[in-house]
Amino acid sequence: MSDANARISQIVNEHDIVLFMKGTPLFPQCGFSSKAVAILEHCGADFESVDVLQDMEVRQGIKAYSDWPTIPQLYVKGEFVGGSDIMMEMYEAGELQEMLADKVAK
Amino acid sequence: MPAAEIEALIRAALPDAEVEIVPLVDDGDHYRAHVVSHAFAGKSRVQQHKLVYEALGGRMGGELHALQLTTALPN
Repeated sequence: MSDANARISQIVNEHDIVLFMKGTPLFPQCGFSSKAVAILEHCGADFESVDVLQDMEVRQGIKAYSDWPTIPQLYVKGEFVGGSDIMMEMYEAGELQEMLADKVAK
Repeated sequence: MPAAEIEALIRAALPDAEVEIVPLVDDGDHYRAHVVSHAFAGKSRVQQHKLVYEALGGRMGGELHALQLTTALPN
């Protein structure tokens, strides 16, 4: 396992909800990352975010980790859920809220 | 990348696919694509999107930064 893989694995296992994104929730640097943050905030989710623009190793490594070519990427309980399009599809179907339900700040 | 080229790549990999591509901005780079295919049967959303990304042969995330994708099974 490469260093990047080990670090990513540690991050996604230490936090229940993790969003790998470009920029920060307050200052997203990409429309897709901005959309992913908005969806999580609509769900009332308390999530950890990782700015891949600050870490080239993670930026490249995360794509191999999930075998997924784009960022943002959402992980829940260590498992890859999808990017912003899938998050939106799941949100519209009510599935994302359900998945995050027991993690949502009351 | 022209929309017709994106559609051709997807249909080459998923011959039964209905592909609808709408430009989000008129710059030849930002698109929304909706792909309907029997190939998605029994697959999770992540697996369905991966099939389309594979069809695009590694362009996704590189040459094609802004492709907003939705997938569905035929009715």
